Amino acid sequence: MIHLRLFPMQRIAARLAPAGLMFAGFLALALPAQAEIAIQQVTSPNGHKAWLVEDPTIPFTALELRFRGGTSLDPTDQRGVVNLMTALLEEGSGDLDAQGFAAARDDLAARFGFDAGQDVISVSAQFLTENRDEAVALLRQALVEPRFDAEAVERVRAQVLSNIDSDQRDPNAIAGETFARLAFGMHPYGASGQGSRDSVAALSQADLIAAHQAALARDRVYVAASGDISAEELGAVLDRLLSDLPATGAPLPGRAEWKMTGGVTVVDYPSPQSVIRFGHSGIKRDDPDFIPAFVLNEIVGGGRFSARLMTEVRDRRGLTYGIYSYLSPLDHAELYIGQFATSNASVEEAIGILRAEWAKAAAGVTEAELEAVKTYLTGAYPLRFDGNGPIARILVGMQMDGLPVEYVTDRNAMVAAVTLEDVARVARGLIRPADLHFVVVGQPEGMEPTQP
Amino acid sequence: MLQRLFAPMVLAILVALPVRAEDVARFTLPNGLEAVVIEDHRAPVVVHMMWYRTGAADEPPGKSGIAHFLEHLMFKGTDTMAPGEFSATVEAQGGDDNAFTSWDYTAYFQRVAADRLDLMMRMEADRMRGLILSEQDVATERDVILEERNQRTDSDPGSLFGEQRRAALYLNHPYRLPIIGWRHEIEALNRSDALEFYQTFYAPNNAILIVAGDVTPEEVRALAETHYGPIAPTPDLPPRIRPSEPPHLVERRLAMADPRVAQPYVIRTYLAPQRRAGDQAEAAALTVLAEILGGNGTTSVMARALQFGAEAKALYTAAFYDGNALDSGNFGLIIVPVPGVSLEDGEAAMDAVVTRFLEDGVDKAEFERVKRQLRASEIYRRDDVEQLARGYGTALTTGLTVADVQGWPAALQAVTVDDVMAAAQSVLDRRASVTGWLMQEETGTGDAEPPSPAPAVDPAPVQGEVPMKTDQGEGAQK
Repeated sequence: MIHLRLFPMQRIAARLAPAGLMFAGFLALALPAQAEIAIQQVTSPNGHKAWLVEDPTIPFTALELRFRGGTSLDPTDQRGVVNLMTALLEEGSGDLDAQGFAAARDDLAARFGFDAGQDVISVSAQFLTENRDEAVALLRQALVEPRFDAEAVERVRAQVLSNIDSDQRDPNAIAGETFARLAFGMHPYGASGQGSRDSVAALSQADLIAAHQAALARDRVYVAASGDISAEELGAVLDRLLSDLPATGAPLPGRAEWKMTGGVTVVDYPSPQSVIRFGHSGIKRDDPDFIPAFVLNEIVGGGRFSARLMTEVRDRRGLTYGIYSYLSPLDHAELYIGQFATSNASVEEAIGILRAEWAKAAAGVTEAELEAVKTYLTGAYPLRFDGNGPIARILVGMQMDGLPVEYVTDRNAMVAAVTLEDVARVARGLIRPADLHFVVVGQPEGMEPTQP
Repeated sequence: MLQRLFAPMVLAILVALPVRAEDVARFTLPNGLEAVVIEDHRAPVVVHMMWYRTGAADEPPGKSGIAHFLEHLMFKGTDTMAPGEFSATVEAQGGDDNAFTSWDYTAYFQRVAADRLDLMMRMEADRMRGLILSEQDVATERDVILEERNQRTDSDPGSLFGEQRRAALYLNHPYRLPIIGWRHEIEALNRSDALEFYQTFYAPNNAILIVAGDVTPEEVRALAETHYGPIAPTPDLPPRIRPSEPPHLVERRLAMADPRVAQPYVIRTYLAPQRRAGDQAEAAALTVLAEILGGNGTTSVMARALQFGAEAKALYTAAFYDGNALDSGNFGLIIVPVPGVSLEDGEAAMDAVVTRFLEDGVDKAEFERVKRQLRASEIYRRDDVEQLARGYGTALTTGLTVADVQGWPAALQAVTVDDVMAAAQSVLDRRASVTGWLMQEETGTGDAEPPSPAPAVDPAPVQGEVPMKTDQGEGAQK
């Protein structure tokens, strides 16, 4: 089911449950703040792998599946097919139509979520220990035997089209899509994964079936679970869920070449306030300098009140409600981007401040800033592991990023080891004021639209 | 019809699950500060919250937005803390802090390692009485709030529409005001307005401490006595008596057009009873009613009747109920018509479904399914201790007691089919309703700028301090 953009409906959290049998590597990791988290590496009888944190305190399991690829797998002439396919997984499968599936899921009080991102399809499930087998059987049916009934396809297609229309009038979506188009052109990253009105209207049932085979394959799946489930039980769940999926899926797209240069693009939009998205290219997740870069950004544009951009643009001058920047290492490109909104009259001033801050950051940070942010980051890290849902999401994300289980214990030492010299070295390459591009959606005073 | 096969089996399984709430401890200090402790020892984390029984509905006339403005200003320093030092200190502990304001409450919270609770309490106690504001800080923060209003409301037709609808729904009660305030009144708020509101309402006997996480009630009590115990109560707290609603004699209708609207829709909101201390049965019935009528995008009464088949009238439908308020709740219906169906026809179709529902009654299978899910949600809820804490804070600032919170799951399970139908007959009274059309083109009434619809399930809009912040593994914001 697609939730219309207009209505911030309840997000159904989803997670999956994996299991292991033959081989359960067991690693007890002490998190810095006396927490201990035991991550089991599970391999099922059929050879499927997952990470698990077992905790029987609450009688349910949070399970997270990730299929690498996502909407970037869309064929050029079928933009939006992976998104529509993913939305239809819960709209009828096996012997159940859409209403039958929803009723069966709700009878079990299970929660499933399906989401298509640029690089990944996320399947999240939560189910009670009491009826785990039935819930897993139902989830397997959605993953393996979706029906793509004509009625469901048309109904959900209409919802997607409505969301596309909404995004075309939403300043945040316009800013994001404009930035992406300028940065990546014709690469799948250059346009919304929802597709366009025309491309979505043209999708056929055959296209959806092909997208399902291409995207939900065993060669690209990552699994993590947390909650009331043993390694052995998780192994059985893995085999049940994954064994009937295709062994291999479609090849991933190639690198996305960065096409954007420094400058300003103004998109006219009737509003008292402009939305500004800004940035340039970033740094790979597996770059040895990623952690120093992450620390640097936290100082410059983190979401905390004391980050430099927050201090200068919000706290000192009252020009915005919030401003932040972040590193976004995708699978086929890297971005360093940020966003804020400010009154049309203040856009030029705010962009000027941002440029000045960027230039200042290129020269590095102070010892005091570095120490403060290290204290924050190392203190905050263990606080993330505070529930089955968060733990399963973290563990599956680590696998997607190619991190070992030991990262959980090593990560804070890596942050603590960052020196002023590291930050200065990274800043010289990463922070490039001349390359900054600003996409302004609004009616900024003193700036002419450069984009229809 | 597989659900028929599933149902009996599942029922048998779930009946075995106890309907019970989490274990909590509560105590009250001699100065009147109430405290609730929710234990969860799975992770070494604690959430420390201070809830004040004051919000946008307690503002003096003409000062809309002052409760929320003060919430921002509470980060500006005291005798012992410089402006910004509060948040910087929390960050230096690896924690996060924030605050939010609603009509009936204002709350401040920090999420930190459990062994930092002492420091959090010391700082929160300090700013309960010791706030110091400079004219410059007040002026700058007012600009921030005007930008917040720009971002949340004035840039969003659905939000502006919601503001107008709420002002029409309440004829007299201050629930008609936007929490963030009307722009022209925000522009005039000043330092003494903020301090006056602060001195009137911020007191231990008008506050509720909630601590959730890896702590024991004994620890919390000892720390609370140390830090909050010495604060003198305010003897002359004003009673929370707000102007009340007169009888509603006629339904109100609004139509608003804005070029930024992509998807027109119809939304109707009815006045409804709120949860009341010791008397939650009707609120429980309304909760179940909303679920059955439009809580599920696939199997609810509205979804089945309006979203499926070749003759489908709607892209989306929903029903919602919000009973978490001191003085009044509301119940609502939404329909987003498919292209080619007018708002008029969409509204008529929605009304026809409701009329038929009142005649036909509740589908037994759906009724059981909804109650089963409500029961299971008590299990899932326990995974998020911060949400649990918020539930207690909301309840205790809107006139409920800990016993009411703990009794809520049982109240939901006690609801009968007859209760649901009686609640429906009572609440769906058009005279006490506002029907709104949001559209792109001018067709009749309305001009102006646009707003956004209340989120269905949890409509008490809370306004956080910090901007959207993505997280999860370093830089994984994709």
